[in-house]
Amino acid sequence: MRDVTIGQYYPARSLVHRADPRFKMVIMILYMVMVFFCESFFSFAFLTVFVIATILLSRVPPLKVLKGLKMILIVLLLTTALMMVFYADADSAPLAEWGIFHIYLSGIYASLKLAWRLLLLVLLPTLLTLTTTPTEICDGIESLLTPLKLIRLPVHELALIMSIALRLIPTLIEETDKIMNAQKSRGAAFESRNPFKKIKAMLPVLIPLFVSSFRRADDLADAMDSRCYRGAKGRTRMKVMRPHAGDFIALLGWCAIFVCILFLKYNWLGWSFIPLLGI
Amino acid sequence: MPFLQFKNVDFSYPSGESDYIRALRAVDFTVERGEFVALVGCNGSGKSTLARLCNGLILPDAGAVTVDGVSTADRSALYDIRKKIGVVFQNPDNQMVTTIVEDDVAFGPENLGLKPDEIRRRVDWALDCVGMRDHATDGPFRLSGGQKQRVAIAGVLAIKPELMILDEATGMLDPDGRDEVMSVVKRLNRDEHMAVVMITHFMEEAAEADRIIILDKGKVVADGGRELFSTPEAFTDAGLDLPVSVRVAQKLKAAGLDIGCPLNADELVAATTRALAEKRGGK
Repeated sequence: MRDVTIGQYYPARSLVHRADPRFKMVIMILYMVMVFFCESFFSFAFLTVFVIATILLSRVPPLKVLKGLKMILIVLLLTTALMMVFYADADSAPLAEWGIFHIYLSGIYASLKLAWRLLLLVLLPTLLTLTTTPTEICDGIESLLTPLKLIRLPVHELALIMSIALRLIPTLIEETDKIMNAQKSRGAAFESRNPFKKIKAMLPVLIPLFVSSFRRADDLADAMDSRCYRGAKGRTRMKVMRPHAGDFIALLGWCAIFVCILFLKYNWLGWSFIPLLGI
Repeated sequence: MPFLQFKNVDFSYPSGESDYIRALRAVDFTVERGEFVALVGCNGSGKSTLARLCNGLILPDAGAVTVDGVSTADRSALYDIRKKIGVVFQNPDNQMVTTIVEDDVAFGPENLGLKPDEIRRRVDWALDCVGMRDHATDGPFRLSGGQKQRVAIAGVLAIKPELMILDEATGMLDPDGRDEVMSVVKRLNRDEHMAVVMITHFMEEAAEADRIIILDKGKVVADGGRELFSTPEAFTDAGLDLPVSVRVAQKLKAAGLDIGCPLNADELVAATTRALAEKRGGK
């Protein structure tokens, strides 16, 4: 439970840490789209170079970033394996055949690309959570969504809910441990291997947890009221986000990378060297 | 005009289907600016209800609570009342809104709509007041209970209220944590002239206050200065303990040595020494 990567902030002094969270998030979205436009191995390698450069720039130990991949490792292996054996290519003969499973050369390429794509998709977002505090992310989202206030979306309230949820995760985990211990000391069996029994055993944990969460919510609401909270009305912030030149440069840089990847995929100008870069 | 005034306040809350529990009955008292008041009473005496009435979290069924002459029943004035009266609650974990100490302290002044640099000044000042400046960028989960409660106090301080109510704010802390919070509160009262209402059932804490109000079954049964401790019945009748030093003094008196009514260990030692010296000198 404690390995949830959310809130795994790694404090360090680096350009990536100092960057404006809003820019980081916009770049992240741009990057995700970019990953899906990568088609050839060359374009994957091209993008990976920049990802590695960003990781090095962030001064987060690369091993820490790779640890974020642990969660998707099973998904990664499973999808790659399935892709490899079920890939069907009508134009060529399979390299190997075994019952319903066929392995084609193009299938191997496709599954490698899939694995690479998944890796890239997870790497940079992991870096984002490692270099940005949950509070910064919340504030960033609030600021990015501000235009939606025009269509009456309660942006401030949503951001506050997110921030309180983040703040309460460790508290609730602690509370769950406490309740589980209390139930164990009265003979509850959580160690059963039978999944049905396991679910049933969680019920006496969940109910007290819900009750105490509501009590906490009441207390917190009182504390917030007492501290003059009255919604977004007239509220200011202590930490005002101000983008620096570096943030704009980074954004422009990533846009340039995006354009390069688009060119690698569509080759609009018909450059002859692009097909030479391989599949 | 008294700063905080309870006029004949009744409050009851529902219990079960049709039953009501009368938490407060005809409560009448005032608190002036700069006072340090201890409000004591055992569990179920209505202490916490009283705290929640002060800043309009709940409204009296009968009577009125006024702050600086304005009734808490006036909804449009609530915001101004809450600027003047800060409340620190019992559980420090349930008072924090954000994941970083300084952001949490900033929550109050942010609600007041102050300018960013003014908020920053107030946050730094409030953290200095409670001695938590070094932990400004920590997460609250690395802090001890006493430290968390000091952060909660800083969060209220940053609003710069004129009166701070501590609703059993030391109730969940160990003795060290209690001492930390007590010394911060005493300093604020002395140096910043902030009025303090300390709701507690620790008599050692109550003995630090200038004035003591005893609440029993929803009624104010005694209201007076520290001399109240020389009439121990006022406390014992309300189901309360007496500070250790007062109990020692009682035993000494029973044994034939009258040392008056010392309220803490230092006073006890001084009074005993004096009384013994007098006795020896008298003989």
